[in-house]
Amino acid sequence: MKLQKASSFALFAVLELAANPTRQLSGVEIAAKYGISVHHLAKVLRDLGRAGIVDGARGVGGGYRLIANPKRLTLLDVIQVFEPVGSDSGASGGLKALTDPESALRVILDELDDHTVATFRSISISTMLKLMAAKPWAHSSRVFRPARTAAGRA
Amino acid sequence: MTAISTMKPLAEPRTSEAIRIRPATGSDLAELTRIDEEVSGVAKRKYWTHLLASGGGRSRYVLVAEEQNQIQGFIVGEIRAWEFGEPPCGWVFAIEVRPKTRLQGIGTDLFSALCDRFRRAGVTKVRTIMARDNHLVLSFFRSQGMMAGPFIELEMALDRNG
Ligand SMILES: CC(C)(COP(=O)(O)OP(=O)(O)OC[C@H]1O[C@@H](n2cnc3c(N)ncnc32)[C@H](O)[C@@H]1OP(=O)(O)O)[C@@H](O)C(=O)NCCC(=O)NCCS
Repeated sequence: MKLQKASSFALFAVLELAANPTRQLSGVEIAAKYGISVHHLAKVLRDLGRAGIVDGARGVGGGYRLIANPKRLTLLDVIQVFEPVGSDSGASGGLKALTDPESALRVILDELDDHTVATFRSISISTMLKLMAAKPWAHSSRVFRPARTAAGRA
Repeated sequence: MTAISTMKPLAEPRTSEAIRIRPATGSDLAELTRIDEEVSGVAKRKYWTHLLASGGGRSRYVLVAEEQNQIQGFIVGEIRAWEFGEPPCGWVFAIEVRPKTRLQGIGTDLFSALCDRFRRAGVTKVRTIMARDNHLVLSFFRSQGMMAGPFIELEMALDRNG
């Protein structure tokens, strides 16, 4: 699956801030590290601020820090600020009765959505930091596919 | 289903001096049944009686975390060979810690003690399976470094009339 740019940028920013708890980082620093647009990241940081996840000074040079608890903040919490995750019952046509093929397809898509939500919800930012330190992708090509992880950054 | 290979565990064992992890014995039956009922809401005396009676087997492990002679939590695991066509692998069937003593590293200690026993038995992989909506236990296993494994769990309701 692919995340929207804003969600990926937000996760990079949150992970950077969580990895540097004693230091404030500016949007410029984070954007430079990931080679992403400073302007877009500034907007993402503003949204994270409004969601109560980060706190920081205004302006591109201002420093940010994580105010949410990284042990309890999950991937789902961050991603949901920018895009809906999982089944959106309203998207299946509202009150209109579904045809059998539509209903059958809905069941399968809901299955996938349930897995996606459970996965994002079970991984905290602290767990992500531990994962980054352990680098399991370096030991097992079966569990991790770095190429697809990289695609999520697009 | 989640599985972890020979990858280094993500969580460091944090056993405090006061906590002791040891195999369960028959005399733990009443306390284990009580903790399980407290956490899961279901009393399973028969299950525990059977588990502890067969616990002496080579591949079944029931470990308890004890603090000042009181059991604070347990983990149940087993090494199973050739289930689902797979070579021997360690399974975690249950882990529970008393609500009052959670978030002090007892769950991590129980899990790491079980993994040590699996390793000593020559097993290089540990797996578990759990309810998708059990966020707490899923977060716990994720924090230990477990990831999705190569299986997909499927089920269907059995029609009484076949
Ligand atoms: C899951 C359980 C065993 C964890 O035991 P514990 O002793 O609290 O675990 P630890 O203190 O070792 O916690 C290890 C990590 O698990 C994760 N974790 C534990 N509780 C958590 C919670 N409430 N929310 C989010 N993450 C949590 C954290 O990453 C934690 O690391 P941290 O303390 O650095 O944040 C315990 O909460 C429990 O018994 N829950 C009910 C179990 C159950 O329903 N069992 C039936 C099915 S098997």
